[in-house]
Amino acid sequence: MNGPLSKLIAQDGVSRRDVVVGATLVGGALLVGCSPAEIMSAGSKVEVGAFGPFIKIAADGAVTVISKHVEFGQGNHAGLAAIVAEELDADWTRVRVEQAPANAKLYANGGMGVQLTGGSSAISNSWDQLRKAGAATRAMFVQAAAAKWSVPAAEIAVKDSVLSHKSGKTAGFGELLADAAKITPPASPALKDPKTFTLIGTDRVRRKDSQAKSDGTARFTQDVRLPDMLTAMVAHPPRFGGKVKSFDAAEAKKVPGVVDVFEIPTGVAVVAQNTYAARMGRDALKLEWNEDKAEKRSSSTIASSFRDIAAGKGPTDLKWEGFDSKGDAAVIANAKGAQVFEATYEFPYLAHATMEPMNCVAAVDGNKVKLTFGSQGQTLDQMNAARIVGTLPGSVEIETLFAGGSFGRRATFQSDYAAECVHIAKKIGKGRPVKLVWTREDDQRAGYFRPLVVHAVKISLDKDGYPAAWRHRIVSQSIMKGSPMGGKGPDQTAIEGTAGSPYLKATPIVDAQLACPEVGVPVLWWRSVGATHTAFVMEHTIDQLARKAGKDPVEYRRALYAKAGADRHLAALNLAVEKAGPTAAAGWTRGVAVHESFGSVVAQIAEVKLVEGQPRVGRVVTAIDCGVAISPDQIAAQMEGGTCYGLSAALFGEITLTDGAVDQTNFDSYRVLRMNEAPTVETHIVPSGSAPSGVGEPGTPVIAPAVANAMLAATSKATARLPFTATV
Amino acid sequence: MAATLDVNGKAVTVQADPATPLLWVLRDELGLTGTKFGCGVAQCGACTVHVDGQPIRSCVTPIEGLAGVKITTIEGLGGAHPLQQAWVKHDVPQCGYCQSGQIMSAAALIEQNKAPSDEQIDEAMSGNICRCGTYQRIRAAIKDAAGLAPTPAAVMGAPHADIDEAITAATSRGAGR
Repeated sequence: MNGPLSKLIAQDGVSRRDVVVGATLVGGALLVGCSPAEIMSAGSKVEVGAFGPFIKIAADGAVTVISKHVEFGQGNHAGLAAIVAEELDADWTRVRVEQAPANAKLYANGGMGVQLTGGSSAISNSWDQLRKAGAATRAMFVQAAAAKWSVPAAEIAVKDSVLSHKSGKTAGFGELLADAAKITPPASPALKDPKTFTLIGTDRVRRKDSQAKSDGTARFTQDVRLPDMLTAMVAHPPRFGGKVKSFDAAEAKKVPGVVDVFEIPTGVAVVAQNTYAARMGRDALKLEWNEDKAEKRSSSTIASSFRDIAAGKGPTDLKWEGFDSKGDAAVIANAKGAQVFEATYEFPYLAHATMEPMNCVAAVDGNKVKLTFGSQGQTLDQMNAARIVGTLPGSVEIETLFAGGSFGRRATFQSDYAAECVHIAKKIGKGRPVKLVWTREDDQRAGYFRPLVVHAVKISLDKDGYPAAWRHRIVSQSIMKGSPMGGKGPDQTAIEGTAGSPYLKATPIVDAQLACPEVGVPVLWWRSVGATHTAFVMEHTIDQLARKAGKDPVEYRRALYAKAGADRHLAALNLAVEKAGPTAAAGWTRGVAVHESFGSVVAQIAEVKLVEGQPRVGRVVTAIDCGVAISPDQIAAQMEGGTCYGLSAALFGEITLTDGAVDQTNFDSYRVLRMNEAPTVETHIVPSGSAPSGVGEPGTPVIAPAVANAMLAATSKATARLPFTATV
Repeated sequence: MAATLDVNGKAVTVQADPATPLLWVLRDELGLTGTKFGCGVAQCGACTVHVDGQPIRSCVTPIEGLAGVKITTIEGLGGAHPLQQAWVKHDVPQCGYCQSGQIMSAAALIEQNKAPSDEQIDEAMSGNICRCGTYQRIRAAIKDAAGLAPTPAAVMGAPHADIDEAITAATSRGAGR
């Protein structure tokens, strides 16, 4: 699907001027009639071998799988390699993974049209592509062996990178490499019947990077050391929308090791021989900011304005956009009495707080740009870098490294920190590499937060206690509005999870609407995006409705899933219930929640104990339906990690602004989950023959409502605001 | 200004301001980039190294005063330390950025306590943040490396005072991994 990409180009991606520049760079005719991906990739040089852009095989038969997706913890490198290895019948112990260069033509995300890792889509968008790549390569080897041995191809078997024939002839990939490379790859190679998979779905599919990540050799952006490299830090304005008014660099320049100080669009850059000198230099700057256009509201003010809007008391010119609505909205508007449930929920801004603060290495030589960093959206980063130096996106080379976490943070439409680094490297020039280092405080104050969101619901129940009419209002800043990827209609990232909910499907009358007020705080997707709040609202509301109806929360859900035809929800719920066993340990209370995101359904049963009013979470039984399970162990790892990430936010996560300035600057004020607070997550996978769906994000949104539901069961008190520390 | 340090058993001389945190000398001057920068204020543990066997946060430890002490970094563990093997066996890392610090904290722990309890693991490890949430596997790997039985499922996340009770409950339920 090239829709978003076409829009990128049409709106502000490759301008007419860029194309003209490109024409002079790469030859005018080349660009005429090209696909958007080809235009994005023009000027890029990638050597594709005999086995295509995803597979390289060495003379010794070792297989390298080229990953178009960045690895920042999700385990996608293992999964992508396993897809190839399965169809290729390669020796898994001799398969390694290499990161692809930036090239949208070869390496676009099939669901997005640009090279970008996100939306828990690495495996799902690669599934068919890599199966075919593996199968085609296998067929080439089989054909080569058949010719060499003068036997029918159908009689040749392949196992662990070795081809064999019943006559006793055998040969490894290495021995047949030259012959196989000469064969034309089949356009539609036969794929295996998933029932015959020998690698996919087994515990043999393990990470390929654990050793390097346990001995200090894994290379992150922070670890890049290049000849003659400089290190930069930037002084940023304290409020969003602020600009440099004036600065005095005299003291900064006296710091030993400081090389240069200059203004860039986002602040004042201090460039030095090493990180410590850059830091000391920045500390010595005297700065004045122009905050005329800065956002100066406190988060409490923003939240209360959102609450007013949700309650229908907002500005009259604010646009409401409907979704999933049906029936007569007046019925619910006028509903009164004991069978009506009303609640308002509030969610704070959240920082991603990756372990590796944002950073980038850039070198600019004329209109040549080389970026070396944990790029998440290579095409976006190419376009933004190209615009700064005035070249074609394809001539921006990116070496993608491991990234120390992202959770969404590294994919911004503006390439914020990468663009900042390019500005500095452009000023330094001559191809001299510059590493931009953000401190934790820089990272935490930079915004791109999960939006502050308010939901208001009003639901009337029928005589059996099930929802008859459901009014839902969501008030959130929009992530997509104004971006090149923003489509028509309500911002899906703000409503997903409420939109499409089986509970709304099971309700005869629905009046659901979204409003997106403008706030000067940069916002962004945060692991599981809309589900971070919609899952909580839907699942915690359902438990309160079940309570009101005097029904068991599990049975109540089962009835609604039956009405909605939500078979996968039901299966995941049933598996979690079965695996949890009949009762919690003495003193622990259970809460349940189920949510679908990124094509996968996750059900969790959390065992919770209140200690001085605060929830402690022990055992968490998780069931996931994510289609074909490629690596059960890494799916479990993502459920464990996703649960911790969601629980961390639910227990402590909150960014507040005082007069527009971020209050939480480091882990002392932005508390995150630590080992003594971590639950034990048990993961069970619903058997499935469907194509794989997301795993990296769906484990995150379910734990908060599961815990809130346990607290509701234990105390009869509902949670109207996260984090729990703010309400209990 | 020149300073001589003992890093991973080798004497090294570096040119640096005495106030420079050890972290930046290790990373920028010595190229030992396994030790990570995470927070700069001793809150996250990503920069953990050993000084005479004790875990310290190198981001807040100036190099002045480190003459004559033995500094060990992740590179000094050699790559096949029992904890590193256990980390690989359990596929502990996700993004991996915090794991050098996690392993250094764990190495100091099991050097001093061959059979740490869950509470002692919590105490030693709760200064190390992992945003990927690999805590469950870190605990399993530490126990494996120390030759201990896995932790019953219900124990992790339990308030310390409840651990005995949780173990009893978990054992009677047969839970665990």
